[in-house]
Amino acid sequence: MKKELENLPDKKGHFGQYGGRFVPETLMPALIELEKAYKKYREDKEFLTKLALLQKDYIGRPTPLYHAQQLSEQLGGAKIYLKREDLCHTGAHKINNALAQALLAKKMGKRRIIAETGAGQHGVATATGAALAGLECEIYMGSEDIRRQALNVFRMRLLGAKVTEVNIGSRTLKDAINEALRDWTTNVQNTHYVLGTAFGPHPYPAMVRDFQSVIGKEARQQILKKEGKLPDCLIACVGGGSNSIGLFYAFLKDKIKMIGVEAGGHGIASGEHAARFAGGSLGVFQGCKSYLLQNDDGNVLGTHSVSAGLDYASVGPEHCYLRDMKKIEYTYATDDEALKAFELLSRTEGIIPALESAHAIAEGVKRASVMNKKSVLIINLSGRGDKDVQEVARIKGINL
Amino acid sequence: MSRIAQTFKELKKTGKKALIPYIMSGDPSLKATKKFITDLERAGADIIELGVPFSDPLADGPTIQGAHERALQNGITLKKVLHLVKEIRKTTQIPLILMTYYNPVFKFGVDAFVRKAVESGVDGVIVPDLIPDEADELIDSARRHNLDTIFLLAPTSTPDRIKKVARASTGFIYYVSITGITGGKLSVSRPMKETLRLIKKRSKKPVAVGFGISKPDEAATIAGLADGVVVGSAIVKLISQGKSIDKFVKSLRKAI
Ligand SMILES: Cc1ncc(COP(=O)(O)O)c(C=O)c1O
Repeated sequence: MKKELENLPDKKGHFGQYGGRFVPETLMPALIELEKAYKKYREDKEFLTKLALLQKDYIGRPTPLYHAQQLSEQLGGAKIYLKREDLCHTGAHKINNALAQALLAKKMGKRRIIAETGAGQHGVATATGAALAGLECEIYMGSEDIRRQALNVFRMRLLGAKVTEVNIGSRTLKDAINEALRDWTTNVQNTHYVLGTAFGPHPYPAMVRDFQSVIGKEARQQILKKEGKLPDCLIACVGGGSNSIGLFYAFLKDKIKMIGVEAGGHGIASGEHAARFAGGSLGVFQGCKSYLLQNDDGNVLGTHSVSAGLDYASVGPEHCYLRDMKKIEYTYATDDEALKAFELLSRTEGIIPALESAHAIAEGVKRASVMNKKSVLIINLSGRGDKDVQEVARIKGINL
Repeated sequence: MSRIAQTFKELKKTGKKALIPYIMSGDPSLKATKKFITDLERAGADIIELGVPFSDPLADGPTIQGAHERALQNGITLKKVLHLVKEIRKTTQIPLILMTYYNPVFKFGVDAFVRKAVESGVDGVIVPDLIPDEADELIDSARRHNLDTIFLLAPTSTPDRIKKVARASTGFIYYVSITGITGGKLSVSRPMKETLRLIKKRSKKPVAVGFGISKPDEAATIAGLADGVVVGSAIVKLISQGKSIDKFVKSLRKAI
């Protein structure tokens, strides 16, 4: 791996000029404690053996790398493979990280874990990890997201978690993170904050990346076995950036096109989107320096996406760095494009994708059709769409 | 010596403690803020903390969150707060500290902000989501232009952190009395006394205590342990209810 990509972040959690730690001083000892624990347990045989066993028997890993033959043929271009994170226990890649952090929290002697959630997937994954590890669990969720993802709210409660509605600000993911950080600041002695994406203060971006990098490690082996060569292109959607960095990380040293797809909402010109690279600028938000959708006075702008999991004003710091290094390209898919892809994959392959993942499918459709038949494309199918069925019906004006 | 350091020095000579109220700029209006500053000074405040509204005030509890929201609705920005300070400086020399989250400063340009703040008559800055480890640019610029940088310590702070924060702070050190956010419930605990003792051992700089102090008797207890008392949420609450703050601030003054 190229030197400048390999040893990141630096000691203070910087990826070039991005990342770092921008938090109240109260949290610093907890972040330092977490960093130490993480460094210790990622090399701890017993911990790793336990995690590997749960990945296999509980999450259901390795997830398949599926050749989407009908979709490939219909588009008439590249051979499309789907990395089936939708088949993970609880229905999305989020469990890879949440379960590992729950185990880590237990090792650190915490008795309670908290998390934010947007789509509800990370909340469900954390509630699941808490149930398994025997930890108390509280999930913060914006009231707007609670409306959009009612099914997941009930799932979390079934799993024994307390779901707390966040009724301030934009009432979405960013406000849920604010509340989770306030809770953590208050209860830091006995509580671990299970941040759900490769974002926030150091060590979260690196730790979440490492827990998700199992996606790319598997995909690399699987494609070499199936095709005898590396893929030409990788595509994943980017909310905070965890499923994408999870897929890309094992391929960083290879010469492969990698594309991250943000939420284009109603289009960049409308101002109603969550495309941080297309519409944002450098800022400091919720723990790190990164691209941010903000106004001239440094206040964070409201965002919009049909998918709650991509509806966020900032993006993981490592993505900014890899974009500067020209390792990863970033684009966006609009709500309409994602909804079309949602239906396309359902009909051609019999797989209903999460609306987040549908953004990656939308870009994959565009790319595959202009690639030649010998080329290979892997799209990360980060989650399944069951949670979105109700919302899509609502958008289509269908009363269930 | 900075105006803030001078204030602490003079108070010390007479055996008094600093009363440091916090109000949010532009809540309910800039005109009201101007009047509050005069009122606070008259009621016995030694230093005033002026909040700058931000969309995501993650270190604040519901009371001050509400003030952020109201001020933003009134169109208040960092630029407008700096302008307000310039106006206020025509009538008072009381030390003024801006309490602002980092992103508005970062977006403004750190050095440009420091220069403009000093030029407007700001004496110090508190940035609750900025730790010394990430503050090189702010500290460098602030030292060059004589702006005090006040960093925070908390009950969770380890000796390492105390050393770092004490070194980076000028004017005074801000000790957050509770493990939590503004407006939380104060408890004068053993760790608090212990941490205050450690800070005092490490540094000769004055220490002010804030977060969660809402009653004169609490202020009195804290004044027995530190050089200054910061009161925020309790005052912001009175303002949000349209009540007078005079009597309350005078009762705090009397208590410490
Ligand atoms: C299925 C799914 N995919 C993607 C995301 C986006 O997050 P990230 O960019 O961290 O993968 C989410 C977030 O909730 C999700 O639920």
